Amino acid sequence: MDQKGYRRGSFQSATSDEDMLEIAGASMDFSMADDDPPLDREMGGFSSYNGGGMNGTSTMMDFLEEPLPGVGTYEDFNTIDWVREKSRDRDRHREITNRSKESTWALLHSVSDAFSGWLLMLLIGLLAGSLAGLIDISAHWMTDLKEGVCLAGFWFNHEHCCWKSNTTFTDRDKCPEWKSWSQLILGHGEGAFAYILNYFMYVIWALMFSLLAVLLVKGFAPYACGSGIPEIKTILSGFIIRGYLGKWTLVIKTITLVLAVSSGLSLGKEGPLVHVACCCGNILCHLFTKYRKNEAKRREVLSAAAAAGVSVAFGAPIGGVLFSLEEVSYYFPLKTLWRSFFAALVAAFTLRSINPFGNSRLVLFYVEFHMPWHLLELVPFILLGIFGGLWGAFFIRSNIAWCRRRKTTRLGKYPVLEVLVVTAITAVLAFPNEYTRMSTSELISELFNDCGILDSSKLCEYVNDFNSTKGDDLPDRAAGPGVYTAMWQLALALIMKVFITIFTFGMKVPSGLFIPSMAVGAIAGRLLGVAVEQLAFYHHDWAIFSGWCSQGADCITPGLYAMVGAAACLGGVTRMTVSLVVIMFELTGGLEYIVPLMAAAMTSKWVADAIGREGIYDAHIRLNGYPFLEAKEEFSHKTRAMDVMRPRKSDPPLTVITQDSMSVEDVESIVTSTTYSGYPVVVSRASQRLVGFVLRRDLIISIENARKKQDGIVSTSIICFTDYCPPLPPSSPSVLKLRSILDLSPFTVTDETPMEIVVDIFRKLGLRQCLVTHNGKLLGIITKKDVLKHIAQMANQDPNSILFN
Amino acid sequence: LFPQAPRMFAQSSWNSVSPVLLLVLLGCVLCPPAQASKSSEDIRCKCICPPYRNISGHIYNKNVSQKDCNCLHVVEPMPVPGNDVEAYCLLCECKYEERSTTTIKVIIIIYLSVVGALLLYMAFLVLVDPVIRKPDPYTQPLHNEEDSEDTRSLAAVPTPAGARANTVLERVEGAQQRWKRQVQEQRKTVFDRHKMLS
Repeated sequence: MDQKGYRRGSFQSATSDEDMLEIAGASMDFSMADDDPPLDREMGGFSSYNGGGMNGTSTMMDFLEEPLPGVGTYEDFNTIDWVREKSRDRDRHREITNRSKESTWALLHSVSDAFSGWLLMLLIGLLAGSLAGLIDISAHWMTDLKEGVCLAGFWFNHEHCCWKSNTTFTDRDKCPEWKSWSQLILGHGEGAFAYILNYFMYVIWALMFSLLAVLLVKGFAPYACGSGIPEIKTILSGFIIRGYLGKWTLVIKTITLVLAVSSGLSLGKEGPLVHVACCCGNILCHLFTKYRKNEAKRREVLSAAAAAGVSVAFGAPIGGVLFSLEEVSYYFPLKTLWRSFFAALVAAFTLRSINPFGNSRLVLFYVEFHMPWHLLELVPFILLGIFGGLWGAFFIRSNIAWCRRRKTTRLGKYPVLEVLVVTAITAVLAFPNEYTRMSTSELISELFNDCGILDSSKLCEYVNDFNSTKGDDLPDRAAGPGVYTAMWQLALALIMKVFITIFTFGMKVPSGLFIPSMAVGAIAGRLLGVAVEQLAFYHHDWAIFSGWCSQGADCITPGLYAMVGAAACLGGVTRMTVSLVVIMFELTGGLEYIVPLMAAAMTSKWVADAIGREGIYDAHIRLNGYPFLEAKEEFSHKTRAMDVMRPRKSDPPLTVITQDSMSVEDVESIVTSTTYSGYPVVVSRASQRLVGFVLRRDLIISIENARKKQDGIVSTSIICFTDYCPPLPPSSPSVLKLRSILDLSPFTVTDETPMEIVVDIFRKLGLRQCLVTHNGKLLGIITKKDVLKHIAQMANQDPNSILFN
Repeated sequence: LFPQAPRMFAQSSWNSVSPVLLLVLLGCVLCPPAQASKSSEDIRCKCICPPYRNISGHIYNKNVSQKDCNCLHVVEPMPVPGNDVEAYCLLCECKYEERSTTTIKVIIIIYLSVVGALLLYMAFLVLVDPVIRKPDPYTQPLHNEEDSEDTRSLAAVPTPAGARANTVLERVEGAQQRWKRQVQEQRKTVFDRHKMLS
């Protein structure tokens, strides 16, 4: 009974353009030809063909009766109907193309319609880039505000305050214009009391920032908390969350992201930047009718906006597009690829021209060295990969456990207090250690840095032998006391970051995960790198080192180990593959380090997958019960459609509406007594032959509107879903024709269809529901929620955790 | 043949004109920060010279243009005698940097004013608003709404006819009431029922 499969196969081979390719996460839809009408009647859309009538007449008739406002829109927390949206867009495009031959104005209209997508991408790139610049500059300033203030102009951060004055080689931070709080209040910066005062001011500022952030989130836009990527993944797969990408959410998320990052909490801003960029995309969609009215087209724009978000976060346009393709998007048509790239480039260019970091760099931790590495160093790189995988699995488990506790117990009732407590603990523990006191981006930047003769930080305090220096090429040297101090301080920082991030991610302030995981990996990498470097220096006569690392040569670069560690930890947590490597190599600007990065990323993904299947975002989706149908996993059980469909054997029979024998009152009582989101329409109760499917929302709106506007519609009026209604005696009230809201081509499968094929159909076509027939008669219905519950049951998870419809 | 076509075209032409207007506006806003960056105090050439023999390391800043940004122009007074200058300069690294103080100032002031405005609005909503506004008989009791998605969907359907509120103040108040209801719903979903974003 694989008729559905056969028909789909023939459809695919007939139109060679419309092939679906699955690439690790998103289905890439090659349908570039927008105005090819679908050949298979079954795949026809909403304003579909009359039985035997001409295509032209039915579309004309549909356009003559204007759709009511509200019909064709969706309720909150519901899934969209991808097929209907796509076919509506094709109809619109066809109409515009047909009319463009009529007059110059219509031609201009069709040209501007084609260009509107590109214009929208340009606007999204500009807005996303400007907001990212604002966030970067403000976050830098406010982070430094915790330590002191600039007398030359309070809007300068530490680095810009000391820009003009001459600093010494060893103390590059001190300049007369920048005063720490103790210097400002007490007049001097030395001594125990000054230290305590600085400590106190640091904690007070951190608490103030986080209190302000959580109050703003709670008061104005509760949807602005968290990372945003799990919810955006769900939205892009077809779910509707009204207000999640709105104006207030955008404003509050931008403002509170700066506050949260500046308060010293162990969180990053990359995930929230994706949310900010998607909000920009959603808001700018309202300017163009083509995207405002069509939910499927809007999601294409949101995919491109997500790419722009990652691009400004890392300065990596290609990595951003790949991240959007791999992690965030669900359906990624090929023409979105070019447009996403355009949006990402425009955003990166805008950010560059705002120049938040000086020197026209996009990211704070851009790496500029190009030292070669040796094949034997792959062993420590793979070790770093294993560490990354282990840490990723550990983090996901503990974070999900903590978030579940927050969701179910009393801990969740005190969000403001929770934020304050976590901030207080973070600030109190972070101040004594200089590596946790500085902002995490600066820490990563310092760890990625390769030590040259021009560096004078503690981490670069090696024992220098000036007789053997030749230019800038420093050999491997013995570690000085500064390096040893830095090592144990970094080890303490590592432990603190590993544990505090578990409690920070998921709080009610905007929080991202990329920077903390990169920091953990970078610290671990640098520690290992320095260890290997010292091993090579002191034991250069061992067999493994003597071949390539003789005395006086510069063979080990601890900065590279830090980079590889960062990539490994990030890959272990998010399970990114291609996009991670591309982002990291765009950060370094060179292809030399692709092999170490790939080795570490692959190892960490394999180790982490062996322990737990899901990445952090999928785990959060499952924790919250979003109706997200995972596209990457195979369904491998041998159940059939009849095992999953509703109604089950013990349930009352399927609630159906007949095509021309029910009154308005009957339909209203069905609608109010049940909560289904749609009802199948059959010829009659006796025959149960399927006519179509009608959505609850459309039914309610149409009936209400008819009662108000049309004459003669009372509770006993008959509702007729066909073109030619049966003749009634003249004394009966007039008939309510609802043919226009009926979907004449609902998807059906037979009851013997294997569930693998049904799950595949739901995934590939984005269905909300699918009707089940037996011998041609309607038997039951399978909804997306049933599919998700079934998958959860088969995987021995709790099927009641699927919350939304 | 298509009576609503002119209206549709008018609507869609407005929709294609308004993004162009927005683009022009955005350009005007973004241009001044980009252009105003060339004031003389915003460029520098920074030369870092490491310790050399018995001379300690030093950092030199000077306000020169990009073509003059090298060791010979910036490092003065030169700490080494003439024949050593070349060796010393080989060790030094000079970079040309520019920044835009106007952009920084504008952005920080914009940010602080937005935060200040939000704080004031929050204070207004919490303290002043309940005193001014009489209790509204039309605010729906939201406690009962969570069990019937139906009534919520019926209430959420926009009335196709025009709104009754005519004056600007009434419309603003209506919008504010709607927004407050929305935020309350969001707060319930996220904070109370923990349905999302935990």
